[in-house]
Amino acid sequence: MDKLMNLKLKVWRQDDADDVGRFEEYQADDISPDMSFLEMLDVVNEGLIGSGKEPIAFDSDCREGICGSCSMVINGTAHGGQKGTTACQLHMRHFSDGMTITIEPWRATAFPVHRDLVVDRTAFDRIQQKGGFISVRTGSVPDANAIPVSKDESDLAMDAAQCIGCGACVAACKNASAMLFVAAKISHLSLVPQGQPERERRALAMVKQMDDEGFGNCTVTGSCEAVCPKEISLDFIARMNREYGRALIKKGTI
Amino acid sequence: MNLDAKIPSGPMAQKWDKHRFDLKLVNPANKRKYEVIVVGSGLAGASAAATLAELGYNVKCFCFQDSPRRAHSIAAQGGINAAKNYQNDGDSVHRLFYDTVKGGDYRSREANVHRLAQVSVNIIDQCAAQGVPFAREYGGLLANRSFGGAQVSRTFYARGQTGQQLLLGAYSSLSRQIGLGKVQMFPRTEMLDVVLVDGHAKGIVVRDMVSGEISRHSAHAVVLATGGYGNAFFLSTNAMGCNVTATFRAYKRGAAFANPCYTQIHPTCIPVSGDHQSKLTLMSESLRNDGRVWVPKSQSVAEKIRKGELKASDVAEGDRDYYLERKYPSFGNLVPRDVASRNTKEACDDGRGVVGSGLGVYLDFEDAIKRLGESAVRERYGNLFDMYEKITGSNAYQNPMTIFPAVHYTMGGLWVDYNLMSNVPGLYVVGEANFSDHGANRLGASALMQGLADGYFVLPYTIGQYLAGVAPDDRTDTNSAEFVGTEETVRAQIDKLLSVKGKRTPTSFHRELGQIIWDECGMARNKTGLEAAIKKIPELRAEFWENLNVPGENGSLNQSLEQAGRVADFLEFGELMCRDALQREESCGGHFREEHQTPEGEAKRDDKNFSFVGAWEYKGENQTPELHKENLVYEEVKMTQRSYK
Repeated sequence: MDKLMNLKLKVWRQDDADDVGRFEEYQADDISPDMSFLEMLDVVNEGLIGSGKEPIAFDSDCREGICGSCSMVINGTAHGGQKGTTACQLHMRHFSDGMTITIEPWRATAFPVHRDLVVDRTAFDRIQQKGGFISVRTGSVPDANAIPVSKDESDLAMDAAQCIGCGACVAACKNASAMLFVAAKISHLSLVPQGQPERERRALAMVKQMDDEGFGNCTVTGSCEAVCPKEISLDFIARMNREYGRALIKKGTI
Repeated sequence: MNLDAKIPSGPMAQKWDKHRFDLKLVNPANKRKYEVIVVGSGLAGASAAATLAELGYNVKCFCFQDSPRRAHSIAAQGGINAAKNYQNDGDSVHRLFYDTVKGGDYRSREANVHRLAQVSVNIIDQCAAQGVPFAREYGGLLANRSFGGAQVSRTFYARGQTGQQLLLGAYSSLSRQIGLGKVQMFPRTEMLDVVLVDGHAKGIVVRDMVSGEISRHSAHAVVLATGGYGNAFFLSTNAMGCNVTATFRAYKRGAAFANPCYTQIHPTCIPVSGDHQSKLTLMSESLRNDGRVWVPKSQSVAEKIRKGELKASDVAEGDRDYYLERKYPSFGNLVPRDVASRNTKEACDDGRGVVGSGLGVYLDFEDAIKRLGESAVRERYGNLFDMYEKITGSNAYQNPMTIFPAVHYTMGGLWVDYNLMSNVPGLYVVGEANFSDHGANRLGASALMQGLADGYFVLPYTIGQYLAGVAPDDRTDTNSAEFVGTEETVRAQIDKLLSVKGKRTPTSFHRELGQIIWDECGMARNKTGLEAAIKKIPELRAEFWENLNVPGENGSLNQSLEQAGRVADFLEFGELMCRDALQREESCGGHFREEHQTPEGEAKRDDKNFSFVGAWEYKGENQTPELHKENLVYEEVKMTQRSYK
C-alpha cells in the first residue's frame, strides 16, 4: 500500500444561517491515498465525535458522482479541481503528505448556509418548478416511437440533461450566476420535439425565476464550465440566450 | 393477520384490465377534498406524487435529501426493460412476465408480475413524452440493448445514466405539480413514524432535519416509497442516507415485513480498499458482455499477486481459471447476478483472490481490446473505465479491473396486496420498499421498471378503491390522542439517543452490524451462522443503547443524530433478516443456504414446503416476531430448476 499522509485541514464552521462562521483547524492523520475526500472527512469526524466535539456537517449521498449532493470548495476550487469529478469521487492520492487543505461551503447569496458546509439549494428547485418540464399528464401520451428524434439532437440534449444540479457552477462564478444550470435544462428541453410547444414560456419563466432568486449574471469567464463535474459546455449558455431572445421576440415583449 | 392478496379472478392476461374496471372511482370533483402523503421522491415516490396530483388529489411529499431530484434511483446505470418488441426479436408482455417470474426463482406473485410486464410499455411512452433523452438510432427511433443475459433486446437506456434521466423526468412532472400548488414538497424532512387511527394509516410524524422541529401531518392515505434496506450491511451500493426507518417503523405499527432475507448481491463492484470504506461502487453489469472473469488456477500464484510480486499479465493463459466460462459454458460470463456472485465468493474462499484483502477477482478486457480495438471498447465502456480509474487509480485498458460482489438491491419489503396496500388499511407501499414483483432475485433493468410502474400506472388507480370508501371529512385532527401519542414516542426515541452519552459513534456500531450480517447473512448462509448472528445482534444492540455517543442536540442540523436513529432501526431489522433466512430452509435466488444445494453447488429450491411469501408480524420489543405465510400459486409459469450450464 502507498504511504499514509498527514494533513492539516482548515474547515469552515458555521452553526446556522445566522452565525457569522469561522475557520477551524484540524489534523487529519494516517490518511490513505485510496480514500475518497469525503471518506477522509468521515475519518476526521469520527475523531471529532470521539473527543466530544461536533462533527463537520456536509452533504453527501450517492458517493458515486451522480446525485449532486456533495458541495464543497476545496483549496479554492469547487469540487477540488480534478476535471469532471465531484468531491465524493475525488481521491486522496491527488494530495500529498504535509499539505494544508482549505474546505469551504458553496458561497452565494442564493445558497444560504444551513450549517458548516451544508447549504440551501432549493432555489434550483424553484427554478425548475417554473418551467423545467414538459406539461404531459400520465397516460395521455403517444407511443414512444410516434415522434422520431434525430440522434444528433438527442445526444446533444443528453449532454445538457446530464446536469446533476450540484451548484458548483454558481460557487465557482464570481457573479454567483446560475446560468449554466438553467441553460442546461432549457437546452435539453428545447432540443427535443416534445419540448417545442412550451419553448418560449419555459425560457421566459425560468430566467425570471433565476433572476428573482438573486443569482448574478453571466460575464462569460467560463469558470462554471471548468468546475462542472459533468463537463457541461458553456455553449449551452449561448443557446439559452438565443432561446430567451427568441422568446422575447415571439411573445412580442421586444 | 390477514394476508389476502386480493388477486383478481379470470385469465392472467385479463386480470388487470378487469380489475381496473372493478375498482371504485373517486368523483373528479371530490378528489381535491382528499389528501395523500407520499414519503420518498425516487422513481416510485416522485411518479406517484406527480400522478396523484394530476388526478386532482392534494399531495404532501417528503424526502430526506435536500431536493427530490437526488433520491438514489438517480444512480441506476444500465437501463429499463419494457416489452415493446421494437426490435422484432420475439419479445412480448408474456415473455417479459415469464422471464421475470423465472428470474425471481418462482418466489414472486404471478399476477403482480404480469401487470408489471403489461404496463412496462406505457412507461417508455410516458418518459419519452417527458423529454427523457433515451438512446436513439439514426432513424430517430429508440435504441435497445440486451441486458443481464436476456435473450431479447428490451432494455431502453440513456448512456450509463438511465436512472438519472428517468428520475429527472419524474422530478420534472413533480416540479410542475409543486409549481401548480397541488404538491407540497418537504425536502430535508425525515419520516420517523406512521400514525394509526382505528387501525388505519392516517398520517405521519416527521423531523425537519435543519431545525430539528418535529411535526405531525394527517392525510386520508399514506404511501411509502422509501426504497430498500441494503444499508443494513453497512457497505453496499446504496447511498449513504438509504435506510429502513420508514418501513421498519411501519412494521412496528403492524405492517407485515415480507421476505427480508431476499437481498441481491451484485457481482461487479469495486473491491473494498480499506477500513475507511464508506460505500461501494457498482460497475455496470454490461461490462460482463466483453470482460472475462478469472483468477489464477493456483493459490500460490494468487498469493504472489496479492503481495505485489506478480502482475496479472505475468500469469500465462494456461494458468488462469475463467471459472464462469468453465462452469457455465452456455452462459459464460453472463450468468445471472446471484450465480456470478456466489462463484466469485467461492474462488476467493479458495484462496485465489487477487487483491490485498483476498476479496477480489479479475474482470479482464484484454481479449475484447484485441478483438475490437481499444477505441471500440472505449466507445462502449469509456465512462465506466474512467470512473474505475478515478476510484482505484488504475487504467483498465492496460490492467484488468478487479471486482468483488456487493449488496445492491433488496427484493424483500413491506407486504402488499395486489392493490399495493399493506395489511394496514390506507398504508400503500411502492417501489423497492415493497416485496411483490422480483421474488428471490431481481433481473437487471427491472428495478426502474417496477418503481415507475407502481407510481405512474398502478397506485393512482388502486388508491381510489380505498379513498372511495373514506369520507372526505374523515380526516384525523393532528391534535388527536393518536397523533400526539405517536409524536411522544418519536421524541422519546430522540431523547434516548442523545442521552446515552457513551463512547462509540453511530458509524462504529453500523460497521460492526454490517460485518455480522455480511458474514452470516450475505452471499451464503447456514444454520449455525444465522443462529450465531441472531445471538450477536441483540448483544450489539444492547451495547448501542449503553455506549452510543451522539454529540449535539435535537434542535439543529445534526447528522450524527439522523444516523443514530437509522442505525437503531438497522440493529433491530438485521435480526429480522437473519430470522427469515433461518426459517427458509431452501436456496432460492439471492438466498443461498449452504445446506440446500445441488451436487453441482447450485441453489436448490424446495417448492413443496417453501413456495410462500414469509411475512413477519412485530410482536413487541425483544419478542420473537411471528411468521405468516402467503402461499404462492403458479397458474401460468411452470416451475423448473434454473440452469445456466
